[in-house]
Amino acid sequence: MNNLSENILSVENLKMYFPVTRGLLRKKVADVKAVDDVSFHIQRDETLGLVGESGCGKTTVGRCIMRLYEPNEGKVIFEGDDILTYSPAQVRGARSQIAMIFQDPYSSLDPRQNAGNIVGEPLKIHRMVKTPAEYKDRLEELFAIVGLDPGMKNRFPHEFSGGQRQRIGIARALACEPSLIICDEPISALDVSIQAQIINLLQELQDRLKGLSYLFIAHDLSVVRHISDRVAVMYLGRIMEITDSQTLYKNPLHPYTKALLSAVPIADPAVEKNREHIILQGEVPSPMNPPEGCAFHPRCPMAAPECKKITPELRSIDNKHEVACLRV
Amino acid sequence: MTDTITDTMKKTENKILSGESEAPPVVSEWRRFRRVFFQRKLVMFGLIVFVILIFTAVFAPLLAPHDPYRGDLANSLVPPNSDFLLGTDIQGRDTLSRLIYGTRTALLVGFVTVAIAATIGNVLGLMAGFFGKAVAMIIMRIMDTVMCFPFLIFALVLAAVLGGGIQNVIIALSISLIPGFARVMNGLTLSIKENDYILAERSMGASNFRIMFKHILPNAMPTMIVLITLQLGTLILAEAALSFLGIGIQPPGAAWGSMINDGYRFLLTNPILSFAPGLAIMIVVFAFNMIGDGLRDALDPRLRGLL
Amino acid sequence: MSVLLDVKNLTTQFNTEAGIVKAVNDVSFQLNEQEIIGLVGESGCGKSVSQLSVMQLISAPGKITNGEVNFEGRNLLDYESNSDEMRAIRGGKIAMIFQEPMTSLNPTLTIGRQLTEMLELHLNMTKEAARERAVELLKQVGISGAESRLDDYPHNFSGGMRQRVMIAIGLSCNPRILIADEPTTALDVTTQAQLLELMKDMVSKYNASLVIVTHNLGVVARYAHRIYIMYAGNIVESGTTEEIFANPQHPYTKGLLKCIPRLDEEKGRKLVPIEGLPPNLINMKSSCAFAPRCSERLERCLTEAAPPLRDIGNGHYVGCFEK
Repeated sequence: MNNLSENILSVENLKMYFPVTRGLLRKKVADVKAVDDVSFHIQRDETLGLVGESGCGKTTVGRCIMRLYEPNEGKVIFEGDDILTYSPAQVRGARSQIAMIFQDPYSSLDPRQNAGNIVGEPLKIHRMVKTPAEYKDRLEELFAIVGLDPGMKNRFPHEFSGGQRQRIGIARALACEPSLIICDEPISALDVSIQAQIINLLQELQDRLKGLSYLFIAHDLSVVRHISDRVAVMYLGRIMEITDSQTLYKNPLHPYTKALLSAVPIADPAVEKNREHIILQGEVPSPMNPPEGCAFHPRCPMAAPECKKITPELRSIDNKHEVACLRV
Repeated sequence: MTDTITDTMKKTENKILSGESEAPPVVSEWRRFRRVFFQRKLVMFGLIVFVILIFTAVFAPLLAPHDPYRGDLANSLVPPNSDFLLGTDIQGRDTLSRLIYGTRTALLVGFVTVAIAATIGNVLGLMAGFFGKAVAMIIMRIMDTVMCFPFLIFALVLAAVLGGGIQNVIIALSISLIPGFARVMNGLTLSIKENDYILAERSMGASNFRIMFKHILPNAMPTMIVLITLQLGTLILAEAALSFLGIGIQPPGAAWGSMINDGYRFLLTNPILSFAPGLAIMIVVFAFNMIGDGLRDALDPRLRGLL
Repeated sequence: MSVLLDVKNLTTQFNTEAGIVKAVNDVSFQLNEQEIIGLVGESGCGKSVSQLSVMQLISAPGKITNGEVNFEGRNLLDYESNSDEMRAIRGGKIAMIFQEPMTSLNPTLTIGRQLTEMLELHLNMTKEAARERAVELLKQVGISGAESRLDDYPHNFSGGMRQRVMIAIGLSCNPRILIADEPTTALDVTTQAQLLELMKDMVSKYNASLVIVTHNLGVVARYAHRIYIMYAGNIVESGTTEEIFANPQHPYTKGLLKCIPRLDEEKGRKLVPIEGLPPNLINMKSSCAFAPRCSERLERCLTEAAPPLRDIGNGHYVGCFEK
């Protein structure tokens, strides 16, 4: 156990291609390379942010780790075991150790179940409690942990506000005491004043519950930077840059990271005046037909002829800073 | 352009009205249901008819003034009088009593058939929608095949092959109703399973069985209840048609359809023999349709905010 | 700078089953010539409804119950919503861009048809002239191959492209005012940056003014000249962008600034959330709507009527009692 404790999760060369079929016979005509050769690791107690624009494959990575999708290639090593080699029964078991929080607090809770049943569902599925009394105690504990009144457990989802619903979703994720929680855009559907409540809750939980890691998937770079220890930037199914969240802002190396940072406005006109605003040209190409070579080269201000031919690998620049660019 | 502005506007308004702000909605589902459902006169009419129907069926022996099966040729074709409120038929049986016992047949056929068809149809539709691919292909193509035959003709052929009698009427009608339920359930499953809460269930390690029967089925129930109510009306009509054609309930059993058939020869002399059961069928079918409509309006989430 | 749009004491309410919702409550704001203002608030605060009210795009059960919308020497609320005058204003003098690029274009008509329709309707252009102008507009909003793309349907365009088309439609009749209601919320950050930059350039090119309705404080910090902060149907603070960010006065504004993560923050900064939930707008009391969540609340905030906006100099107004 000791030699494993460094990395709770390590993803190696993960590839997830979705086939595109046409016609009556469902002939495969192409692949959508949603995730193309992605590798990263998450340490115990650490938060890794995964950031990128829609369609970059960040959600797919999360779902591959849960084995909600079956990846084409690669390894997902969780606590020393490759989840991708598990049998369906083993996968169901592993899902007590990895939990998920979803984006939409409206559609991620079953409208016909009351809050107590929703939070208690994982306990029942994995038979984590033995007696009804134990179940009730655990349920009330979970409600209290996320800052909800246990007396509300008989209410139905529509009787809660968006922020409260997201708390229910978090309580549900915590039910089986997982060591990794995949947070897929957990705050982007909430109002600004509520977002901070949920961000703080997630951070407090990590401080309080020992051995809890997050994979925090979001499109909002300032939120990801705030909550994460390290950040991975994705573009068209590939990781472009991974580094710790301070370095990411102070010394971004990949031109895409720079453009992404520059596109996020800072709520301070004094700072905004002095910032360089890089406006990228064009749009993200279709993942069905990604550009040859570096996926970013058609929009890249630094692109050179070799970028059209060679696909850059993620390489270490210095300790803990990796970037996939030929021009860095 | 104007259309799209109006649309966007509507959406903004609905957002405001549906309370899509942080504060939870004040108008509870149940309150809205009560208002939409119970405050309509036609729905209330339907409900009253329904209650009377159940009451009549349960207490038929107490309510019927005469034995509905025993004829008395001396009293054949008596016009309505104080003893026989609706007169008697050719065999001298009391029309009112037969009408009262007929509710038992109508409700028995209606409820049992719907129960069988909805159970089988829902399970098939659920499986097809949930598993998709080959499972859906096989189930839905079989359903399509059954659906190719007109509903009544299919029941007719089956009843003709299996012979008459209440049991066979139920079997015949059930089989012809299954595809309808399966189709609707298949569609509902396909849309419900796209919700994040189903993905959440899978991410928690829930089994397929649990997801299907604990999470998809309950969410499909509102629509199903509406469909079941509407189908009850259709079924009562179908049972009457089969009985009218003589392949339904066999004599001396009391069924409204066969009563119409029996009275039909005396349409000019004793019209009440056919009109009474005809009117009963009409009122009951109308009542079920009204309840179904009311339920649909009250349960349809798309009408929320409009009604 | 002269005032282009002067909205005074605008009140819009929705009569719902549960009670009266004052979505916009006694709101006043001005928009100057060639100015960009930001209207900031969370969902349900009335920022969109206030703009729909300016356009008179409110339908039952909503109703504008009070106020003036002064534009080019006329009070627009004197006209019926369906009057010819109002229709000439909508899309002609004042154009609006909505949040959802996926639904705000009619999927059954070509992009060209939807663009030329406006030109023929408002500017009485001939078919040929309108088509030429449409091509020019598409070029201006950065759509390549404009001639051939006119005959495409909306589903051939990505979300960002559709929003560009919406901007082109908005600008087609040389409007004086462009109202952008959360124009980039549904889009990615790099697309958001492209579109906001485009809108800024376009309104300056057309000498028009821009109203950005948004929940994103960063967007207004970058683009707006002046800001109005809304909460629960009321404007609680207004002023120049520099003034509001450097010297926020209303506890709600201060709270908002403290609760958002900033891209340039140092490690370990703690967010300070605004406690509680936004109020339910049904049958609101007349006291300050923010008081129940306010960290600087006084006794009188709960008992007395909400204070009106008061001038604290430098064009800075705040709706909060003097401490």
